[in-house]
Amino acid sequence: MVLKFLTRTRHAQRFGWTDALSYAYLVIGLFTLFAPVLWLLMSSFKTEAAIGEFPPTFLPYTQRTVHIDNYPQPLPLFNVTTEQGVVKPMAQVSRIGIMATMVDPAKPQETLQVNIQQRQPVRELSFATRNYTELFDKFAFGKYLFNSVFITVVATVLTLLFNSMAAFALSKYKFTGQKTVFLLIIATLMIPPTIVLVPIFLVINSVGLLNSLWGVILPAVATPTGVFLLRQYMLTIPDELLEAARMDHASEWRIYWRIVLPLSAPALAVLAIFSVMWRWNDFLLPLIVLSKSEFFTLQLALNSFQGELNTQWHYLLAMTVITLLPITLVFAFLQRYITTGIASAGVK
Amino acid sequence: MSTLELHAVTKSFGATHVIQHIDLNVRHGEFMVFVGPSGCGKSTLLRMIAGLEDTTSGDILIDNHVVNTVSAADRGCAMVFQSYALYPHMSVHANMAFGLENMGMRKDLIHEKVTATAKLLRLDNLLDRRPTQLSGGQRQRVAIGRAIVREPKIFLFDEPLSNLDAELRVSMRSELRELHHRLGATMIYVTHDQVEAMTLADRIVVLRQGQIEQVGSPQELYERPANTFVAGFIGSPRMNFIPISSLSGMPAHPFVPTPNTQTLGIRPEHFVLCAPHEGLTVTVTNTEYMGSQTLVQATLQDGTKIEALLQDTTPPALHQTLSLKTSATHIHSFDANGQAIGNHA
Repeated sequence: MVLKFLTRTRHAQRFGWTDALSYAYLVIGLFTLFAPVLWLLMSSFKTEAAIGEFPPTFLPYTQRTVHIDNYPQPLPLFNVTTEQGVVKPMAQVSRIGIMATMVDPAKPQETLQVNIQQRQPVRELSFATRNYTELFDKFAFGKYLFNSVFITVVATVLTLLFNSMAAFALSKYKFTGQKTVFLLIIATLMIPPTIVLVPIFLVINSVGLLNSLWGVILPAVATPTGVFLLRQYMLTIPDELLEAARMDHASEWRIYWRIVLPLSAPALAVLAIFSVMWRWNDFLLPLIVLSKSEFFTLQLALNSFQGELNTQWHYLLAMTVITLLPITLVFAFLQRYITTGIASAGVK
Repeated sequence: MSTLELHAVTKSFGATHVIQHIDLNVRHGEFMVFVGPSGCGKSTLLRMIAGLEDTTSGDILIDNHVVNTVSAADRGCAMVFQSYALYPHMSVHANMAFGLENMGMRKDLIHEKVTATAKLLRLDNLLDRRPTQLSGGQRQRVAIGRAIVREPKIFLFDEPLSNLDAELRVSMRSELRELHHRLGATMIYVTHDQVEAMTLADRIVVLRQGQIEQVGSPQELYERPANTFVAGFIGSPRMNFIPISSLSGMPAHPFVPTPNTQTLGIRPEHFVLCAPHEGLTVTVTNTEYMGSQTLVQATLQDGTKIEALLQDTTPPALHQTLSLKTSATHIHSFDANGQAIGNHA
C-alpha cells in the first residue's frame, strides 16, 4: 500500500519527466523542511561532549569506556596502532600534550606512552536519554511544562469562547454600529504587538496579575484574527436555521451553544490550531509578565538555559524537542478540520 | 380553538411598503393559502405572523390576543421553512426533540412524542439518521414532524414543496391535505404555485404588491375573480383577456359588453369550436397536442393572442381559421381598472 502510494505516477505505467520533476521537488521540500528537525532530534540524544565534537556526526555516538582494575573511573577506549602495525584496543589513563598514557585492558599493570596520532577512539551508537530524564530531575522542568500547558489550554478555550461569541453577534444580529465595531476589531490587526507591549504591562501590573499565569492568558484572549475568521464562517450558516431554532423556543444562548457553535466546528478547529501555536510559542508576553522562575513557561526556560558564558546545549536541544511535540500533535489531529466543512449539509 | 386575525397590518422598510394595510380572519381549523407572484409580500406576511418580522403598524391577534410584541417562541406557531432548516449536526430524533427540550419537557415524554410523530409521518426507521442522509421528501417530512411534535396552535408553511421534484410534490400535497384533516389544526401556507393553492386550500388569499386582491375559496376565485389580476393568476392555462375593441366585426352574441366593460375574460378551457361566423374568428399559430386535450394558440384579426383548450379534437393545422364560442356564463367582464363587473354570482 505505502509503496504503491509512494511510487504513483501521472500516467499509468510510464514514468514521465513531470513525475521526475514532482518527485525531485517533493524530495527537496521534504529534505529542507525536515532535515533541521531531524538533526535537532538526533543532536538532542548526544552527550554534551559529542555535541561539541568536530566534525559533527548525524547519529549520536559516544566513546566506549571500560572498567579496568586499579582504576576507579571508567576509562575511554582507543584503537592503538602499535609500531609493529598491530591494532589493539587500549584505554587512556591520562594525556599530556600529544602523548597519552595508555593501558591494555588485558594487562592492567603495564602502561604505555602513545602518540595521539597513532590512535582512534572506539565509538558506539548510544542515545543519551539522560538529557531528557535529567531535565525533570535537575530543573523544575515539570513545572515549566505545566505552566505552558495550562496557559495554552486555558487561553485557547477562552479564545474560542469569546471570539465565537463576538463573531456570532457580528454575523447574526443586525444592530447600529455593527460595521463600525467589526472594522474597529479588524483595525487592531494593524497595530504591532510590540507597540502595545508596554501598555499591556502597565495594565497587568496595575490589576496585580504580574507573575501570575492569568496575566499571560487574559490580555490576548480576544484576537481580531479569530473574530474575523469565525465571523466569515458563521455568515455561511443560514439564518433560517436560527429562525427555526427561535420558533423551537430556543433562547439566544441556546442557539449559540447548540446550533451555531457545533456548526462552526471547522472554523473553531482552525482557530484552535492557531491559538495553540500562538500561546505555546509565545515568548514576549510571558517574558515581561513572568519574572519568577516558578512561573516560567517552556519558552522562557529555554531562554534561561542559554547563559551568557555557558550554554548547556544538550539540555537545550532536548527541551526544544519536547517543546515541539504538542504543536506536532495538535496539527496531526486537527488538520483534517481545516479542509472539511459540515455546515451547508442540512439546508438544500 | 386557534384563530388568527390581522387588523390593518402594515410592514415598511423605510419608504417601501412591503405589506399594506391587510385585514384578514383565519378561522379555526382552516387551511389558508397565501398565493401571489414573487415579491408580493406573502412570505413576509407569514414571517410577521410567525413573529420573525415585526409589524410596522396594525395588530396581529392569535386567539383574540394581540401578539405584536410576543416573541416567536411564545406565539404558539410552528413553521416549516422552504429550505427545511433542519439542524445538520443533529439526528432526526434530535431535530424533532429540540423544541420540546427547550420547553423543558421530561426526557421520556419527549421520546414518546417524537416516536409517535415519527410513526405518523413514516419516519420511525430514520430517527438515527442525519439530515444529509435523507432524501428531499424525507427531509420535508422531518421538517413537518418537527412542527407537529410541538402541537402548535397554528402551522405556518413557507413554500415547503418548492424544493421537491414534480412527482414528489404531488404526493406530498395529498399527504399535507390528509394531515390537515387528521390534525384539524389551523394552517397557513405560502406558495407561488396556483395549482398548489387550488388543490390544498379551504380559502385562498391572493396577494399583489403587499395588498390583498381577493380572498375566497378556490371555486370562488376560479368562477368569480374580482379583477384581471386574480383572473389571470388563478387557472392554468391563463385566462384570455380580449379588449372589446378587438371584437369589432364579430357576432355580438354572446359577447355582449355591459356598459363600462373594457375587457372580456374567457378561460381557454371554456372555448368550444363552432360553425363559422357564430363565434370569434381566429387564426391558429401553434398547437400543443396533449391527448385528450389540445391547446391551440391563435390570434384574433387585430393580432390579440388567445389560447383555447379544446377537448377531443384532432389538432387543427397551422394558419387554419377557426371559430370559437363559449357560453355567456363563462364570460367575465372587467372595467377600465381591471375590476370585475357584475360578478354573476
